Amino acid sequence: MLKCRTVWKKLAPLARSSSTLCRQNVKRTGLNNGRIPTCVPAANMSTGPGGLGGDNLKYTIMVGAACVGSLTYAYFLLKGDQKRYQERIEEITTRSQRSSKEEAATVQSEPPAVEATQTEAVPESVPEAAPSPEEPSPPAAPAEEPAAPAEAAAPSETTAPPPADEPVVEAPPEEAATPVAAPVVEEAADSTPASLKVPSHSPYLLIGGGTASFAAARSIRARDPGARVLIVTDEPDLPYMRPPLSKELWFSDDPSVTETLRFKQWNGKERSIYFQPPSFYINSEELASAENGGVAVLTGKKVVHMDVRGNKVKLDDDTEISYDKCLIATGGVPRNLQVIERAGEEVMKKTTLFRKIEDFKSLDNVSRNAKSITIIGGGFLGSELACALGRRSTESGLEVIQMFPEKGNMGKVLPEYLSNWTTEKVKREGVKVIAEALVKSVTCKDDKLEIHLKDGRLVKTDHIVAAVGLEPNVDLAKSAGLEVDSDFGGYRVNAELQARSNIWVAGDAACFYDIRLGRRRVEHHDHAVVSGRLAGENMTGASKPYWHQSMFWSDLGPDVGYEAIGIVDSSLPTVGVFAKATAKDTPKAATEKSGTGIRSESETEDTATSPVASVTPLPPVAHKDDYGKGVIFYLRDKVVVGIILWNVFNRMPIARKIIKDGEEHADLNEVAKLFNIHED
Amino acid sequence: MSYCRQEGKDRIIFVTKEDHDTPSNAELIADDPNDPYEEQGLILPNGDINWNCPCLGGMASGPCGSQFKEAFSCFHYSKEEVKGSECIDNFRNMQECMQRYPELYPQEEDKESSSQGESSSGSDSAAPSDNSALISESDSTPAAASSDSTSPTDSQIAS
Repeated sequence: MLKCRTVWKKLAPLARSSSTLCRQNVKRTGLNNGRIPTCVPAANMSTGPGGLGGDNLKYTIMVGAACVGSLTYAYFLLKGDQKRYQERIEEITTRSQRSSKEEAATVQSEPPAVEATQTEAVPESVPEAAPSPEEPSPPAAPAEEPAAPAEAAAPSETTAPPPADEPVVEAPPEEAATPVAAPVVEEAADSTPASLKVPSHSPYLLIGGGTASFAAARSIRARDPGARVLIVTDEPDLPYMRPPLSKELWFSDDPSVTETLRFKQWNGKERSIYFQPPSFYINSEELASAENGGVAVLTGKKVVHMDVRGNKVKLDDDTEISYDKCLIATGGVPRNLQVIERAGEEVMKKTTLFRKIEDFKSLDNVSRNAKSITIIGGGFLGSELACALGRRSTESGLEVIQMFPEKGNMGKVLPEYLSNWTTEKVKREGVKVIAEALVKSVTCKDDKLEIHLKDGRLVKTDHIVAAVGLEPNVDLAKSAGLEVDSDFGGYRVNAELQARSNIWVAGDAACFYDIRLGRRRVEHHDHAVVSGRLAGENMTGASKPYWHQSMFWSDLGPDVGYEAIGIVDSSLPTVGVFAKATAKDTPKAATEKSGTGIRSESETEDTATSPVASVTPLPPVAHKDDYGKGVIFYLRDKVVVGIILWNVFNRMPIARKIIKDGEEHADLNEVAKLFNIHED
Repeated sequence: MSYCRQEGKDRIIFVTKEDHDTPSNAELIADDPNDPYEEQGLILPNGDINWNCPCLGGMASGPCGSQFKEAFSCFHYSKEEVKGSECIDNFRNMQECMQRYPELYPQEEDKESSSQGESSSGSDSAAPSDNSALISESDSTPAAASSDSTSPTDSQIAS
């Protein structure tokens, strides 16, 4: 029906203009005919009696015919639209009775439908060509697809007339329809994966299309044969992994990386950030009828309301989907600084909150054009982006500034001595680090941003990247009646990630009970995979608690790469055991190691360390306090609750075991021996 | 010799290789192989296949998941002298399905023939390496992608 309206809107100006012309001409001729005797001088210029009048008459007739023709055409089109609409409504109501055999029949009926459109459009008039593909297809199941090409063909037919000249309005639609219908049909068929219709029921409904959701979908499909899984996401993209957006993608040599989104893994092989190519997923229309089930993704749709008693959700376009089991994996939204929000639109336009693919694309663009970028935030994301941009700065002369309230990079994660050491490394990557910086206000002056710090310092820059944390998305808590945790944020769930009987939560948005480490909320990639997988298992009847500890990792330049597990909070007492630097221990050895290390222990998806292109080995450091490689234990009440493997790799299982045991160890040096830190 | 320092609440120890030469006297609790909470490897304690094993990548969950499961189950439970020799049809179905999705399962001649050869003559312990042959590059996992990575995964499977 919307299409009818747009068609009518397109036709209306045409009709109006042609009708005014008609009227004008009629008036003129009327004027001439009626008033020639009295108004000859006035009328001479534009119209006149005799020969000019004859031309005028022909012109009038042609224009009049065109008007009539276009009006007839519009009328038939509307009629055809109404007919199609009726047929569509009928088709929807009887769709549930269709079997999959009819689906196969449609595939065969589609090519003849396409041919029918082509051959019939030429001899017959356009309006008849539109309903004709309908004839072979109505009995078939996903007649949505023939209907879509017919509909898509119709707007293309109508767009042909307005550009065409008025007198030849009728001919082009027919000619244009034939060649246009064919490619349009193919295009429409290709684009139907971007689903047109929302299914009314899905046994497994996953809200959110990120890492946790995809891991859950995979887990459900593995355990429940033939499962039908529907992922609903408000992003336009299929599920993808986030770590490369702040790491590997920035180190790619490919200039078209913002389009391809492919990166090189530690083993040299390239892959896309998307978990699976589009062919892995099925159309959401086919979800109910697919013989072996599948995973369908509904992009660009947001769930706004959840009815827990009725087991259904409502989308932003007012459609409802009912479910048997539901997963909430809505992740979060980047936090912004209040001073920036208050600073006005000019400042907001020059600020990036980094999380999604589009943020990566825009920041990449900015980094090529701006002279100076400031990153506010000294945590994982801020430091990784600073190092990535810092590396770019060596080629382009871009000024990269990083500012944060802590004393050093990763100040909330690493013990102070290590944080200071890391900050020096970040500075070596070309970043101007401003520590202990609290932003007082931000203003925009002469198209440049001015950041005023509380201690009086002033920083002038072109663009700001705010990496100050993530706000978990708990929009559905109110309508669903779900508990939100006040300490950590996020939905409160039990050890089995369950919020209510049929509702689970996983990923960044889940505040869950960890049997070993207590209640927590984790915002790391591997946790999203582990919790997503666990939620999927529990949705298919497993009843397992969160047990397999997830890990995380970060790389800050060629000298600093670490993997960590458990609670890694710098406010806890720590014990760090480092290999004493000998002539053999060089940062280069550490970077070669980081080329072979396995990062993601959950192994669901391959994730990579930063491929180190060329590193000039620094001279062996004889300095006592060089933290080249080692193990750091984080203690709570004398029990190890967190471990960082500093430039040592492939030892995560041992770390996991130590945390799982939860024992009090008298001498942590003995525990450190288990890691063999002196070896590769 | 090792060197120790205290900075506030943080303790820093530097150790040489010799310091760490002696075996550790730290005690670790023995693992229960039948612990239901633990992540299982490819084969569960009761002998069944763990379809949710990360080592399988997306094989059991993708569009050809059911064909893969049938083929691999048939092979796993096969008691023939040449293991899996009666499963040719299942593997053929799987291959036909995979050919319909070249993006997900890139068709490489040597991979196909090697997977067929391995499946008919391999044993259960070769199963992870079977998967490494079957699993496509596009659906890469650290486990399957290269020989370098199989050892840590195996150690995790074993644990």
